[in-house]
Amino acid sequence: MSAPFIWIFIPVTVGGLSLFVARERIATIIGGVTAIILAGAALFVPIDEALGLGSFSVKIASSFQILGRSLTLDSSEAPLLAILFGVAALWFVGAESVGVAKRLTPFGLIIISLLVASIAVQPFLYAALLIELAVLVAVPLLSPADQIPSRGVIRFLIYQTLGMPFILVAGWLSAGVEASPGDLALTIQSTTMLGLGFAFLFAVFPLYNWIPLLMEEGSPYIIGFLLWLLPTITSILVMNFLDRYAWLRTSAQVMSALRVAGLLMVVSGGIWTAFQRHLGRMMAFAAVAETGFILLALSLDPTMGLPIVFLLLIPRGLGLAVWALSLSVMDSDTESLRFSSVQGMARIYPLAATGLILSALSTAGFPLLAGFPPRLALWNALAQQSLGTGLWFLIGIIGLATGAVRMLAVTVMADEKTAWASKESWAQRGMLGIGVIGLFVLGLFPQMANPILNKLPLMFQHLGH
Amino acid sequence: MIATIVSWAVVVGLLITASGLLLYRDWRWGIGFLAGQYVGVFWLVLQHWPLGMAAAKLVGGWMATASIGMTLLNLHQQEPTDKYWSQGRSFLLFMIGMAALLAVAAASLIESILPGIGIPVVIGGILLIAMGLLQLGMTTQVLRVILGLLTTLSGFEILYAAMEGSSLVAALLVVINLGLGLVGAYLLTASPEEKAT
Repeated sequence: MSAPFIWIFIPVTVGGLSLFVARERIATIIGGVTAIILAGAALFVPIDEALGLGSFSVKIASSFQILGRSLTLDSSEAPLLAILFGVAALWFVGAESVGVAKRLTPFGLIIISLLVASIAVQPFLYAALLIELAVLVAVPLLSPADQIPSRGVIRFLIYQTLGMPFILVAGWLSAGVEASPGDLALTIQSTTMLGLGFAFLFAVFPLYNWIPLLMEEGSPYIIGFLLWLLPTITSILVMNFLDRYAWLRTSAQVMSALRVAGLLMVVSGGIWTAFQRHLGRMMAFAAVAETGFILLALSLDPTMGLPIVFLLLIPRGLGLAVWALSLSVMDSDTESLRFSSVQGMARIYPLAATGLILSALSTAGFPLLAGFPPRLALWNALAQQSLGTGLWFLIGIIGLATGAVRMLAVTVMADEKTAWASKESWAQRGMLGIGVIGLFVLGLFPQMANPILNKLPLMFQHLGH
Repeated sequence: MIATIVSWAVVVGLLITASGLLLYRDWRWGIGFLAGQYVGVFWLVLQHWPLGMAAAKLVGGWMATASIGMTLLNLHQQEPTDKYWSQGRSFLLFMIGMAALLAVAAASLIESILPGIGIPVVIGGILLIAMGLLQLGMTTQVLRVILGLLTTLSGFEILYAAMEGSSLVAALLVVINLGLGLVGAYLLTASPEEKAT
């Protein structure tokens, strides 16, 4: 048995088989249990070491050979697998309460498997191909068979597909730059290709117009799942590039480009969030800003930036999950998520409104919430490098906070005679309650995640040491 | 010598098929042009890859084409009524000319980065990328978007074959082409009112 078999082939198989499941509850159980078991296995099962089970001894190999190349998941990647499958379990368990478990479980498991394969594949450049496969699987997830494909889905497919060739060519050129570091023209070509590839994959400004379109037209929960997963894996791919090529991680221009792209996303995402009149579009632009935070952290000195990138991962996953769940709960009882339709909804869906506001505030880095510690660390690090960058960061944060306050104002703006009620189902209350508590716990005790987060930099040979 | 002449003929063939994919008004022609285009892609990829791997690309491309074609065949078809496409033909022809010019102009630059790749291969690759992007930039129709993506990827694959000879990459690219075909078929089924135009 090998690690790729456990964390890639098993979830793919389970996902494929769960396509035939007809009941929401069973799909939820399959998805949740599979993800929890795989997260637990990543935490407790050693890779490449003998595991004693009574009189038996089992050793899980880290590599699996396929068509002359290898898929490798060693012990340094186990914490990341635990986070991915752990947060995915949260998404799968919550899916039933909004009626999307039959779609999310099978496709979600297959997508996670492909993305784990993208982390495992050697050489890592081929990750772009596996990410593209995950994007293709995401299309039926985003666009149900009985719905006309939206413009957002088409743009998502186009933009994500166009990213792949750029990354592959950039990888090939980067090897050339490594061989002849003095070749300025080749360096520029390679950096440009890399920049374009990641601009498409990360949906960097102005290539993110598919995100608000999707949020307006599709299921917020499913889109939230993809908005959490895809940028997370893409950021691992960026870190792999920085780790592999010394000329990239030592280039001041590359770091500046990352910083500018990150700031553009934080500022534009924050400002657009503040001015939207649609709750789905607000979440879309907040997710754009979240990706900007990752890019900003990547632009820092690796010893400082890498821990911040990892510190952002769990709050981001949890915040988006609570936000998407809250929106889906409200969406089930209203024509659209426009302000005019959701006005006063806090009186009918108090827990969903609470989840919505708290996750938006967490994204804005509000104290006591999960998003606060990583944003504070990031802001501090940015301000040490450049006060101007710190000020732009503040503008983005103010935009996000303004959006959260507007959301609060709209959802509580009910007619005085409207009676308080709680129309959420018990499952929805349970999931929202757990999510909201999680936001506070991660905000108050961020060190709780340290045992896992501290090991993550070991995934990288140069960046992590 | 003969191989070079054939390669140039293939480039001309690719110009015809890619132009046809932009200008067609009946989906049957579109499917035919796409199938023909993969023959050209096969020949140019064969300049750098062994026959088996190049053939896999041809078969994968044809399978993607067949999946789209079969889906369209099973949908109740309406005759094309795309006004824009019929009215903007001269503009499209102008853009096709520009794309061809771009491919010829960029060929020497790419050749300098990838010595030994061969000018016909570069022109064929860039031509398809440019035509595919042109298609993607002008429409949101599912069929045309999928054909545009397949064309762009075909152009990229022609160039990438000269850079990378891994079996895993070849296999994954075939799966991606096939996946795009299947996604196209799925989206076409989900949007029956759009039909092929």
